[in-house]
Amino acid sequence: MTALRTVVRHPTLNLGGLVTLLLLGTAVVSQVWTPASPTQIQITQRLAPPLQAGLLGADHFGRDLTSLLMVGAWNSLSIAFVAVLLGMAGGVLLGTLAAAWRGWAEEVVMRLADVTFAFPAVLSAIMIAALIGPGATTAVIAIGVFNIPVFARVSRAAALQVWERDFVLAARSAGKGPVLITLHHVLPNIAGLLVVQATIQLALAILAEAGLSFLGVGMPPPHPSWGRMLSDAQTYLSQAPHLAILPGLAIALAVLGLNMLGDGLRDIIDPKLRRKR
Amino acid sequence: MGQVKRVKKQGVVMKPSMTLLSATALAAVLAAVLPLQAQAQEDELVLGMPIEPPNLDPTSAAPVAIREVTWLNLYEGLVQIDRNGEVQPLLAESWEVSEDGLTYTFQLREGVTFHDGSSFEAEDVKFAFDRARSPDSTNAQKQIFAPIEEIETPDDHTVVITLSEPSGNFLYYLGWGDAVIVAPESAGTNQTDPVGTGPFKFDDWVRGDRVELSRFEDYWNADAVHLDRVTFRFINDAQAQVAALRAGDVHAFPNLGAPELFAEFSGDERFTAVAGNTEGEIVAGLNNQRSPFDDVRVRQALMHGIDRSVLIEGAYAGFGQPIGSHFSPNHPAYVDTSGVLPYDPVRARELLAEAGHGDGLSLTLKTPQMAYASRSSELIAALLADIGVQVEIRPTEFPAQWIEEVFSNKDYDMTIVAHTEPLDIDIYQRDGYYFQYENPEFKALIEEISVTPDEAERFELYAQAQQTLAEDVPALFLFQLPKLGVWDARLEGLWESTPMPSNVVRDVRWVE
Repeated sequence: MTALRTVVRHPTLNLGGLVTLLLLGTAVVSQVWTPASPTQIQITQRLAPPLQAGLLGADHFGRDLTSLLMVGAWNSLSIAFVAVLLGMAGGVLLGTLAAAWRGWAEEVVMRLADVTFAFPAVLSAIMIAALIGPGATTAVIAIGVFNIPVFARVSRAAALQVWERDFVLAARSAGKGPVLITLHHVLPNIAGLLVVQATIQLALAILAEAGLSFLGVGMPPPHPSWGRMLSDAQTYLSQAPHLAILPGLAIALAVLGLNMLGDGLRDIIDPKLRRKR
Repeated sequence: MGQVKRVKKQGVVMKPSMTLLSATALAAVLAAVLPLQAQAQEDELVLGMPIEPPNLDPTSAAPVAIREVTWLNLYEGLVQIDRNGEVQPLLAESWEVSEDGLTYTFQLREGVTFHDGSSFEAEDVKFAFDRARSPDSTNAQKQIFAPIEEIETPDDHTVVITLSEPSGNFLYYLGWGDAVIVAPESAGTNQTDPVGTGPFKFDDWVRGDRVELSRFEDYWNADAVHLDRVTFRFINDAQAQVAALRAGDVHAFPNLGAPELFAEFSGDERFTAVAGNTEGEIVAGLNNQRSPFDDVRVRQALMHGIDRSVLIEGAYAGFGQPIGSHFSPNHPAYVDTSGVLPYDPVRARELLAEAGHGDGLSLTLKTPQMAYASRSSELIAALLADIGVQVEIRPTEFPAQWIEEVFSNKDYDMTIVAHTEPLDIDIYQRDGYYFQYENPEFKALIEEISVTPDEAERFELYAQAQQTLAEDVPALFLFQLPKLGVWDARLEGLWESTPMPSNVVRDVRWVE
């Protein structure tokens, strides 16, 4: 009852959840319905402002901006989601193993994480793009790799705390090995924290994806992408500012919503933090 | 407490006075600097270009950026192509052509010196042409020199060139940047330390930023030159180009990167904004050896599927002339073939069905990063989707990756690029050229053109060649690349159209 009340009364969580839900909804709907085809060119509608052609106007080829933004949401979210999932899988595996075995294995994992961390996602994406060419895969790999050390650090730190707890001591004395303990005791206890981290990483991944598309190493045209829409809009800024404002707003809203959701979830899941407030 | 408060108050009062002080100082500095700048502007020109040349020797490689810095500024040829596309005397004062069209006798201008002080003589012409046509030459237009059989120098100011067969365009070709005269003493180092006979000499090259030239005092026609210093600045980003123009950092951008920004300048009286023509045909090249593009019906279907006016509107803000063949509308021999295979999606689908692709077709389009190319690609993909052709766009970095994959290895279905050389319709008969187009009839036609000295006859043959390409579409002919130039309204003498890729600053001057 009290937990539910906290959820209901938490404005950040509610607002963040609402925005995220809206974003998810738009992305899913875009796969079955958009007001117009996002690739349909209508040159006569070129640079039409909002409400003059469709709800949000048309871009420099006369394509419907509403449809482009909707499909862009799907592309942006799916790349971010897969990348974070990839990073989480790799990072949690490495982090919990490091916590379970300690010693040199931990040292190696954590120093590797430091090295990866030192490379900005954009830089590694450009390197990968040079190797395999730009595209969705490039973006996923680059953002995913960047997420591994983040999750490795978080899960190791959390796992180490769990390893100190009495029930782990009990399990050890009962003869359970490190792998079983990690699976049965450590993972369930750090899952909440990981969900919080994943939500925040998702926001960062959307931002990174937009940045990569902006630089031309994300999803290639004609797939709509918020970042590329922004990049295309640059030279039209004085003639058709909505071409830049709308995708910019979409990116900002998506990142803000996910961040708020992540913050709210942390407040609820991490009891220590809540008590401090 | 009270004391602390007072100190704080003083701090607050101090701030504006500091700002005021620094503002006054700044104003004073500006006041001192501004008149100086205005004065310096009188004889100085900063000209912006989107792409930096790889070197400064136009006889060594193809990139147009080399000519855009050097041609007629640093180097000169025997003759030149003027702003109207016509051949004019330059280092040769006059010439005579024998009856049979095989012997050209050039009278060279006297009193011409190279930037290093050595004098220009007939031997230099012989050296330059022999170097350009030697087997190990990397000259990008070796066909200019192919008909030369012998070069004689009876005296210091006469050159006699004997051809093995008549060459219709020989004089015209000698006006190109690839045929400029270089001296034996400096030819080897021209790539980084260019020495020519032009009105400006080389000062400095800050890689990635600018090339600086200054007036050559001993130029043979020094009175006609008005500028003291010329700086070529390389700015790739269209937004930055506009900002540089507005701030006065760059006085002229003869080839503005973003057509949609051009309109902003045309209403501004501080700037001259001119939409001219280049010699660049934007074509979507097809791999004619690769199935299904070896089938003329498929190629025609693709051409029928493209609405050129949509491309011009969407990719170039409405500037640009539709073309139906590989020939510049600036040239007197041009015929309008843009109606041969007009936009007709119904006919396109019929042709595809005839060729056995009624249920659709998919292809990849390797697209360089230039705005005209990437935008056109998106539009082509959307237009072709309407006739059942799925186009996958693959970004391909120009020049390195594009040259390797498309130009050299011919590993592509379709690509898109502007061919900026003048009168280059003969590329469709070149063996091993990236279109891989083989048409013996067309080849014979081009060969005939090259040995036909009579202009009217030659133009008739050019018309036939254009018609052949328009019907056979070895590449999709889209539109002529416009030249959107913006420069300070007080500048005079820049070329509005470029019959040769160039930025000739010899005649440029400031007027009030």
